[in-house]
Amino acid sequence: MIDITMPRLSDTMEEGTIATWHKKVGDTIKVGDLLCEIESDKATMEYEAYEAGTLAEIVVPAGELVAIGTLIARVDNGKGDAPKAAAPVATPEPVAATPAPAPAAVAPVAAPVEHDAVGVVASPLVRRLAREQSLDLSSVRGTGPGGRIIRADLDKAAPAHVTETPRGAALPMTSGPLVDEKRGSSEIPFTPVRRVIARRLGDSARSIPHFYVTASADAEALVTLRAELNEQLAALGRPKVSINDLLIRACALALREHPLVNASYVSDSSPTMLVHDRVNIGVAVASNNGLVVPVLVDADHKTVSELGAEAKELITQASTKGLSIDQMSGGTFTISNLGMFGVEEFTAIINPPEGAILAVGGTKKEAVVVGDEIAIHHVMRYTLSADHRIIDGALAAQFLQTLTRLIENPLSLII
Amino acid sequence: MTLMSYRQALHDTLRSEMLRDENVMLMGEEIGVFEGSYKITAGLLAEFGEKRVRDTPIAEEGFTGAAIGAAMLGLRPVVELMTINFSLIAIDQIVNHAAKIYGMFGGQAKVPMVIRTPGGGGQQLGATHSQNIELYYAFVPGLKVVAPSTPADAKALMLAAIRDDDPVLFLENLALYNTKGEVPDHDEPAVIGKAKVTREGSHLTLIGYSRMAYVAKKIADQLADTDHLDIEVVDLCSLRPLDRETIINSVKKTSCAVVVEDDWLTYGIGAEVAATISDGAFDYLDAPVRRVAMAEVPMPYAKSLETAALPSEDDIIQAIYQTLDAIGHRRSKTGPHD
Repeated sequence: MIDITMPRLSDTMEEGTIATWHKKVGDTIKVGDLLCEIESDKATMEYEAYEAGTLAEIVVPAGELVAIGTLIARVDNGKGDAPKAAAPVATPEPVAATPAPAPAAVAPVAAPVEHDAVGVVASPLVRRLAREQSLDLSSVRGTGPGGRIIRADLDKAAPAHVTETPRGAALPMTSGPLVDEKRGSSEIPFTPVRRVIARRLGDSARSIPHFYVTASADAEALVTLRAELNEQLAALGRPKVSINDLLIRACALALREHPLVNASYVSDSSPTMLVHDRVNIGVAVASNNGLVVPVLVDADHKTVSELGAEAKELITQASTKGLSIDQMSGGTFTISNLGMFGVEEFTAIINPPEGAILAVGGTKKEAVVVGDEIAIHHVMRYTLSADHRIIDGALAAQFLQTLTRLIENPLSLII
Repeated sequence: MTLMSYRQALHDTLRSEMLRDENVMLMGEEIGVFEGSYKITAGLLAEFGEKRVRDTPIAEEGFTGAAIGAAMLGLRPVVELMTINFSLIAIDQIVNHAAKIYGMFGGQAKVPMVIRTPGGGGQQLGATHSQNIELYYAFVPGLKVVAPSTPADAKALMLAAIRDDDPVLFLENLALYNTKGEVPDHDEPAVIGKAKVTREGSHLTLIGYSRMAYVAKKIADQLADTDHLDIEVVDLCSLRPLDRETIINSVKKTSCAVVVEDDWLTYGIGAEVAATISDGAFDYLDAPVRRVAMAEVPMPYAKSLETAALPSEDDIIQAIYQTLDAIGHRRSKTGPHD
């Protein structure tokens, strides 16, 4: 009998959730079969069988969160409860003189594979082929151990890289858009990032009672301040700050004034909610590797230029080598800004376990009434999506009031 | 070509070299009157006399040293160490003298000697008599280490070893002595430092030497039948110099490799082979190189434990399956593989 335990999928992982079991009790398991999918806080990874046998028991059902090392299933390999001493098949551990406990030698997951730390996990061969053929590996789903992209995955994915859809390809869709001989639909495999987005945001939209509060600010002073700041920063040879950097700072200060917005709903069975002392602000980034949310830790303790430099670094890294799970963990509030695309306003889905998210539109000139005069000022609109289980409308409105005050009196952001 | 055993090939080659060159002489424990613990030297004392076939005291350091001196003065001694385990008594002579003399004395004296010695466990000889410590010698510049796995290679490498001007450790194996194979009738020496592809294939590279090269070939042939796998087998033949080029070229073709060895895993020959692959074929690897080796224990005496400690054919097959699974190769038991 082989004990299967919750593997450590990254250095920082302490617990994991079984997303799906792909085998039922009684199923025959071959080496390499997909047993289940496991979620750490930011990624879902496939867990493959490293020994053959029959699935004897599922100890942890799908959806349950358990600590690393917890027994999740037992596989009957026909050898009873006293497994043979560790096989001399290469394992990093020296084989002990006394029969070692089987799980140590079975090494269920090849190695702690951190998808996010290196962008994608791919074999050296795949990386070379990708270089030579200019393939984008971020859209290829890896089926090797730990989700590693192997050459066989490139063969499978090849059609997705071909811009031309195969003519008249038979599609599995039974009721869908009409297909003619020229134009149909093509299948694009989910990337690991896409799958995490689909599941987490699906869960969020389904389970969190969102409500939305929109406000606008006269951003004239903010735009002017930014221009002055950047002039001085440029003279000092330091990087510029963006409107978004100022906004991160404004949110951090507003969250300090309204700590109950910087909070998390725990669970239906929990008698308490969590209010966070630290203000860690996530910034949604549409990177080459998909939508990711790097976190600026202790944003309330950092200056605008520090936040700007850090955000710039994280955003660049998100699109190049990718972010580590650490760099995307621990957020207490998120800002999503689509202003650069000319969006006026929109609503965002809360990024659990956070309690709220701010959706920011573009800053553009509008006719505004100042005193009794019509003037042309920059205006910015933003919408707070809040979790009604812990945040009420009045609190959300007060938070926005504070935010608007900070934006309209931006000197308070830099002192 | 003549079908003969590995033992016979060694015997016949020693004899033919003694006939060819009167400087070739044999030394070792029980090799004369008793005709050798493994009968490699059967009949040679009677044929060549005591001057050229010397029974020695049980004193490996002494007679290995004597052979080094003889080699420096122009003879071509072939020393038999009853098993590689006893070479530990002579290791100072081998490592500090045989391997060093040519270089340390500016090339004034060569040491053209051969140290024949069998390795191999599995004979219930206990922990001190069942080791595979050829690595100790493969580690040392100044020595050559060869490890034939077939009767034909035993002949060709023995010819090369005796005719080589450097000291050569010639690794035999207890389990190979009775294996048979076709041996060429001509006396064509092998090139020391060349590996052999003993089976061409495209799915995976299986690498071994000595007994494990034999086992690797057998498993590859078997999996071709049962699983339609096309496995390439590389027999290292020589551990020093190591033929890195052949290893690398094979992995470039197959993109994955399993290394099998009878010695211990940690710091073993397989580790050197894996590092060679990583250096030379990194961009061709689709899966990590796996190694199969002996359990890291002093060899147990009890038969059941001894069997468990040695790498089994099943262990090797599992490593092959795991590697092929890791590259998404679907095995077929019903039809030819694409």
